[in-house]
Amino acid sequence: MAYSEKVIDHYTNPRNVGTLDKSSHKVGTGLVGAPECGDVMRLQIEVDDNNVITDAKFKTFGCGSAIASSSLATEWLKGKSIDDAMKIDNMDIVEELALPPVKIHCSVLAEDAIKAAINDYRIKNGMEAIESEKVHH
Amino acid sequence: MNLPIYLDNNATTPMDPRVLEAMLPYFTQKFGNAASRNHAFGWVAEEAVDYAREQVAKLIGASEKEIIFTSGATESDNLAIKGVFEMYKEKGNHIITTVTEHKAVLDACKHVEKMGGKVTYLPVKEDGLVDLDLLEKSMTNETILVAIMYGNNEIGVIQPIKQISAIAHKYGALFMTDAVQAVGKIPVNVNEDGIDLLALTAHKIYGPKGIGALYVRRKGPRVKVTAQMDGGGHERGMRSGTLNVPGIVGLGKACEICSQEMEAEAKRLSALRDKLQTSLLELEESYVNGNTAHRLPHVANISFKYVEGEGLMMAMKDLAVSSGSACTSASLEPSYVLKSLGLSDDLAHSSIRFGLGRFTTEEEVDYAIAVTKKSVNHLRELSPLWEMFKEGIDLDKIEWAEH
Repeated sequence: MAYSEKVIDHYTNPRNVGTLDKSSHKVGTGLVGAPECGDVMRLQIEVDDNNVITDAKFKTFGCGSAIASSSLATEWLKGKSIDDAMKIDNMDIVEELALPPVKIHCSVLAEDAIKAAINDYRIKNGMEAIESEKVHH
Repeated sequence: MNLPIYLDNNATTPMDPRVLEAMLPYFTQKFGNAASRNHAFGWVAEEAVDYAREQVAKLIGASEKEIIFTSGATESDNLAIKGVFEMYKEKGNHIITTVTEHKAVLDACKHVEKMGGKVTYLPVKEDGLVDLDLLEKSMTNETILVAIMYGNNEIGVIQPIKQISAIAHKYGALFMTDAVQAVGKIPVNVNEDGIDLLALTAHKIYGPKGIGALYVRRKGPRVKVTAQMDGGGHERGMRSGTLNVPGIVGLGKACEICSQEMEAEAKRLSALRDKLQTSLLELEESYVNGNTAHRLPHVANISFKYVEGEGLMMAMKDLAVSSGSACTSASLEPSYVLKSLGLSDDLAHSSIRFGLGRFTTEEEVDYAIAVTKKSVNHLRELSPLWEMFKEGIDLDKIEWAEH
């Protein structure tokens, strides 16, 4: 199976690899997936007082599409308000990276990681977690 | 050195130019049907087939009359298992195999179950070898066949074939082996090893695809299998269909080359494989899968913990290898062979199979070592699991959300 150029680009030059201080109240961390399933994503956001994401970092254990999906997610997150970030849909990632059907779960995982990071930030800062209405299969 | 480098010789091998050369005349000038008994075209083809039959027989210590040509090992496995089940159903209906067999064997056994047969799928030990005591305990009066592979395609472990066949025979059962990965790589002798049926294929031994053989013992005991395809009664009635003469000539030539060169080749490849393995094990948290003392000379299956196999293969884009990770399959299940060794799913996902071959050079192995090391280190930099491991976090204690 051939990868799309965009997947190869993100895989070869992943954006925003790294770690933010997870103990900081400005930082939200989402850790999703499981080693047994062959995918684990950790996505972190740093949020300013206006609820705008100023920085995003990731580390991913997984295939090329999983790495590319999380790299793309960090790019999209920077500069977005956490409300707008919550609206990122996995199908946007599928479209942007031209993921084949068998790799859609990678985009789902990236969306889950975004939501988990935002909710971690919200809970840390006295807000309620937002339950996703979307049901993934 | 040309890139990419092919290190997936367990999947298939390139054809040896000497094999191609032997085959070529049989596509054009010598095109006859080996079953045409009344003219020179047929005789020439038949002569070529007879000669190839001898070449194949010689490699496994058989008589030429015991070689049945098929389309490949999948067909040979099917013919052996279903054919024995049908032929010997008066005698019993029980077959014993192992969980690490090739799908062609496992699925043929599942077919037998649908036909009313009973199949025991033996587990293997942590090193991939069959537990002989367990095999013996599983034998019953109804057991007609023990089907256990010679060398495993994923991890390369070589089963104790002599002991296995001795147990099968002690209880009056036949012994069949899928020897696709072993024939032509290590000495295989049907008489010394006590083999009654043996499947082999040309494309794993530098021959063409689409041609294989089933060895069927003729003496002590005389083994018969029920044909699985109806037709002209070729191959002693066991496998109908016009013989694939160029393919058969290629298989014969491939076997002849293996007979002559196998010993030296095995020495050369095991030295290269050991170099590769030793160098890669210098990486922290890397492990060899399967028994290393009883192993095919050209295979090393290594897990690089905290790195996912498919992602790793993408980084090693100039290396053609394969992984036990099944990220592309619909089930997302990692290799059933690695899991049956008791490997955790995450280690199975992290495995890479290196399969060296006749045309692998030391320069290529050195390159493979460098690329693999670089790629593993790169992906570990990207891996949250590696970071957690380095921080001393016990990953088994985390409640992962399985998806």
